[in-house]
Order: sequence, then C-alpha cells, then structure tokens
Amino acid sequence: MVAKQTKRIVIEPVTRVEGHGKVSILLDEENRVTQARLHIVEFRGFERFIQGRPYWEVPVLVQRLCGICPVSHHLCAAKAMDQIVGAERLTPTAEKVRRLMHYGQILQSHALHFFHLAAPDLLFGFDSDVSTRNVFGVAARYPDLARQGILLRRFGQEVIRATAGKRIHGIGAVPGGVNQNLSPAHRDALRGEMDRILEWARAAVRLAAEYTTTHLDSLASFGSFESNHLSLVQASGAMELYDGLLRAVNARGEVIFDQVPARSYTDHIAEEVRPWSYMKFPFIKPLGPEEGWYRVGPLARINTCDSIDTPEAEAARQQFMKLTDGKPNNNTMAYHWARMIELLHAAEKINQLLHDPDLQGTELMVRGARREEAVAILEAPRGTLFHHYRVDQYDQVTMANLIVSTTSNNEPMNRAVQQVAATYLSGRPEITEGLLNHVEVAIRAYDPCLSCATHALGQMPLVVELFDCQGQLVDRKQRGG
Amino acid sequence: MNNTINLVVDGRPIQGRPGQSILEAAQAAGIWIPRLCYSKGLVPHGSCRLCTVYVNGRPQSACTQPVAEGMFVEANSQRLLELRRDLVEMLLIDGNHFCMFCEKSGSCELQALAYRFGITAPRYPYLWPQRELDASHPDIFIDRNRCILCARCVRASRDVDGKHVFGFYGRGPGKRVAVNAHVRLADTDAAVTDKALEVCPVGALVPKHQGFTVPIGQRPFDQRPIGSDTQPEKAPKTR
Repeated sequence: MVAKQTKRIVIEPVTRVEGHGKVSILLDEENRVTQARLHIVEFRGFERFIQGRPYWEVPVLVQRLCGICPVSHHLCAAKAMDQIVGAERLTPTAEKVRRLMHYGQILQSHALHFFHLAAPDLLFGFDSDVSTRNVFGVAARYPDLARQGILLRRFGQEVIRATAGKRIHGIGAVPGGVNQNLSPAHRDALRGEMDRILEWARAAVRLAAEYTTTHLDSLASFGSFESNHLSLVQASGAMELYDGLLRAVNARGEVIFDQVPARSYTDHIAEEVRPWSYMKFPFIKPLGPEEGWYRVGPLARINTCDSIDTPEAEAARQQFMKLTDGKPNNNTMAYHWARMIELLHAAEKINQLLHDPDLQGTELMVRGARREEAVAILEAPRGTLFHHYRVDQYDQVTMANLIVSTTSNNEPMNRAVQQVAATYLSGRPEITEGLLNHVEVAIRAYDPCLSCATHALGQMPLVVELFDCQGQLVDRKQRGG
Repeated sequence: MNNTINLVVDGRPIQGRPGQSILEAAQAAGIWIPRLCYSKGLVPHGSCRLCTVYVNGRPQSACTQPVAEGMFVEANSQRLLELRRDLVEMLLIDGNHFCMFCEKSGSCELQALAYRFGITAPRYPYLWPQRELDASHPDIFIDRNRCILCARCVRASRDVDGKHVFGFYGRGPGKRVAVNAHVRLADTDAAVTDKALEVCPVGALVPKHQGFTVPIGQRPFDQRPIGSDTQPEKAPKTR
C-alpha cells in the first residue's frame, strides 16, 4: 500500500525567514526523496481588499504587506500613483529623497538577512549545534560582527525615518512626489555615521566573498541549478534598483529581453497558479512555464547588469564575476555575496545623496493629466517587484496585481529544496535536524518574504484529491479557481 | 447686575457667564473636558457623551449643560476617565477604524483621545459592520467606515454652510450619515471648502487627493496630545 510505504517529513515552520511557510518531503520505502516542496501557508489577499480604496491611500496601505521591507511596496505603489496623477517626471528633490529612502531600505534589509538570519549557518556550519546556531550564538562568539549587523540595520532604518517619518510604515512618498525633503539636521547626523557604515559594508563584502570562495567546492553544487535571471537595469545596462527597464538573461548570459518598460511587462511575464501553494508561479511568457521561470534578487541583479555605478561595489562585482568568467553565476549560495555587494552599493549611494544639495530642495510635488492605469517596477531587497493598478474616474482602485520578488523566486526555491533534499536526505537511515537545516539553508539564501507573496484572492483554487492505494485518483473536489 | 457665575470644577473655584456651558467655562479656566461631537462654533449636540461630568452628583453632558451658581462639577476623575475610555473603545469597535492607513492619522480626534486615554487596543470584539463609501464627488470622499455619527457635518452644513447636505438615516446599529440626494454626494451642492469637511473629527469626510501630504511630526497630534493646549496631559493610569 502506498500509504504505508511513503514517509512524510514536514519542516514547519521554516525558520529565519520572513513569514510562514513549511516544507514537505515525501520519502519512499528506501528513504529516497520522491517529492519536496515549499508551501506558503499564510494568506494575505491585499490585491482584493484594496479595491474601492482611494488611490492616494495605496502607497500607505499596501506597505502594510510587510514589516521588513515596507518601503519597497510604499515606493512601488507611489511610482504607480505618480502615473495615475500624471506626474511624468518628479522634481529632483522628490526623486532623490525617494531613492535615499530606498537605499536605506536595501541597506537595512540586507544587513538583517546576512548578519541575523544567514550568519548562524555560514559561521557555524549548516549542521552545527542547533542550540547556538542562531543570532544569540553569533552575538556570543562574534560580538563585533553581531554589533555591526545591528548598527548597519539601525543606520538604514534611520535613513528611512529621516525620509519617511518613521522607521517602519512611514508616509514620505505621496502620488506625484514626497511630503518632505531631507532636513539639514537629519543629513548631518547621517553623514556623521557614514565612514564606519562604509567600512563595515566593505568588511561584509570581504566576509561573504571569503566564505564563498573558501567553501566553493561544497557550495557549487548546493541547491544550484541553471536558470534565467531577471532584474531592472539602467538604459546603459548598469545596475538599477529604483526605476529602470527590465532585462532577462538565461543561464549562459544570453539576453532574453532587454530595455522593457514597466507598462509592457504583461507582454513578457505571465503567472501560473498551482493548487498546493498560495503563491503564484511567474514565468517569462515566450519560454512558457516549464522553461520560463527565473530568479530575482541580488544574484539575479549582479548577473543581469553590465556594471554598477558606484566604484567600490563595481570593483566587488568584477571580483564576483571572475569566479564564473563573466557569465551568470547560478550558484544559490552566491546570493549572500551578491547581497553584500549590494549592501556596499547602497551605502555608497547613501553617501552620495547625503552630499547632494537637491535633497534640501523645496519643490516636492508635481501633477499632470489623470490616467486610469499604471504599472510600476522596483528592485526590492529580495528582487523585482511589480505593482499594477487601475483607478476609475471616481479615484477608486478597481484592479491590483502585485508580483512580489518572493513569488518570482517560488520555482527556484522549490528547485533548491528538491535538489538539496535529494542530495542530503535521500537514502539516509536517519534524518537529523542538521540535515533538515540544509533544506532551510537553501531557502534562506533567497531571503524569501512569505507574507509579501500571497494575495490573489479569488484566483487560488482549493483542491482536494483522493487517491487509492495504487496511487490512482478516485475523487477530486475543487473550490474557486 | 453681576454676570459672573461661581462654580467648582474638580475642587477648583471658577467663574462662568450666563448661558455658557460647563465645557466652555471649564475650558476658559484651563480645565479640559474631553469631547467628540462638540466643535466650537456649532450648536452643541450632546450625543457622544464623552464630555459627561457629574454635576452635584448627577451625570450631565458638559457641552449642553449651562453653568449655574454653586454647581459642584466632577470633570476629570478616575471613574469618568474609565467611562470615557469605554466610550472611545466602543466607538473604535463600532466602525472599521484602520489608523495604520487612514489619512487622518495624527490629526484624528478619535485616535488622539485613544492615545490620551492610554488605549492600545479595544477590549471589546470588533463588529466589522458593512459600511459604504461614496467617491462620486470630484473633490470629496466619504468613508462611512470611519464615521462616528457625531453630526458635526450635519450641523455645519445646515448652520454654517447653509446647505443641508448631510443628515442621518436608519436607527441603532444601522444608523448612517446620509446625503441630501437620491444616492450620491455628487448630486448635492457640497463643496470641498464647506465647513462640514473641516469639522469632521475623523477620516469619514475628507478632501480628495490630499491624503498624507503632511509629514509625520508636523500633524496636529504628533507633538502634543489632544487637549494639552488647554490642560497639559497627565499620564493616564493603566488599567
């Protein structure tokens, strides 16, 4: 009987990630992995319940999706609402204040992930003692490093507070601009911390690079697979995090599409619904769901861009690309190094902006001819974020579609889970916590935010399937869909 | 003729004028009595009961009760604080109040009272009523989820704007603010400059396109708790 022979292992909850998810692994009678999946078990539904709300509320409302990178949703929605109010081009002050907020966000989120969530695995080993494999263990053994992580994150949050009014869930970006500039007092306070922030960011890049290169043999095969990569880039091909054009490359670095503006995203990206997860599976349209899935986030961004427009991060990128002779790096664990290169890039950008007098300008908002549909794309810490809205003549939202970075990484995370489970768990007589943590390490590399990723109310069918002992489907009930 | 009326509020002798309410006389003497439906310049309504005080031991609404010679008024005692907390908590669960994305946050009198009274979360279960929006007007947005039925808009439209745009329909839990048209606000002569909008204490009646343009830190209640311009806040006692 199938039911007697099959063993099911569940990792629930997956720890040191944002949000709630679980992994289920099915083993046959010889403990071989037959299936491994990451399930997202929470449900948010923002796409549905913002319908009817007035457009000016959207940037503040949708950021409540998340407490880790609310700025990403705040800014992406604000960029969409710029289009709704006809603000074709923001004032330099507005654009730069928003960028500063965004780089603060990248810095604090990346610091949180690397130092607090990922560091225990990297510093102590994937199957090290579970009682110290956590942030407290890091603080006890590497107090300076733990402190730097906390203070880097704190600095990023102070940048957000100076521009959005609050460290979490601020209200700085409004349709057509921002509601305040950067005050000289805030600017000076942040400038005063800049030297050590840059120094710690450089050290974090060195640490991540050293870790990756010294463990290359074991990491190269750890949850790694060839994939497409997607991100925004500048018109020049340089890395762009706030507002650019879409570029996708395949595993060999060949361009699939390039310089695609936000409004054309539906020509290139589609989403598939699967019955066992609240999260959708996006894919590159012309390649189809089987071949068209892609990765987003720090690794994808380093793989798609031609350069980085800050000198120290660019030097770090060149070192990173040497490892794969300039071709895309398809190693899941290389996310950590890529993430720290971006942390350094964000610190350099913040430093530039803190010395830019435009940040103290007083022209904050523009308006133009009203429009009814808008698409905005932004590179959130975890990857490419799409916000698509329609707003009617009464100023109410009638449609919203959010493709969150973690959603794009859904298929890659599932592949990584499958691959790590097959490599490390298959055929073992006993499956220990340390072995199971390998699966979580693979998920953690993507820094997923599971709470951000689940919204599509009314589109997600609930399916119950009944199988007999031969594995034959005998009944199937479906709700919704 | 002596126009001064002597009364005692919270043990303090104060003076009022004939026809003045207890709330106004106390305010003039630097004693703040919490209120929601009361708005300076509008006819008092006495409906929110937040300004309830004990006059010679009997509960009265301070906004409608005129001062009288020799009154002993208990205005800000612990038992009244608890009564007012209860009222604010019931208002918070009676509507659908989401301060975290409400554009009135920081300038909302209901929210400010909750903060002043030390309410972090209501103790009663939320009722989640079905309430309707009206976005038909080009410049004004009605969100009945946030309406507390204080009738400020009703009185301001009638007595100040001279328009009679707002009224009520229904009773009890089904009572709602209505507009003086078959269905929509757009079919009335309401204007964004009306006093009716300005006096709304919550986010129920707001001008369109302007939400969130005042930064955090510059909103009326960001720096100073409600009522502190009359009487500095005392730390609320924890329950």
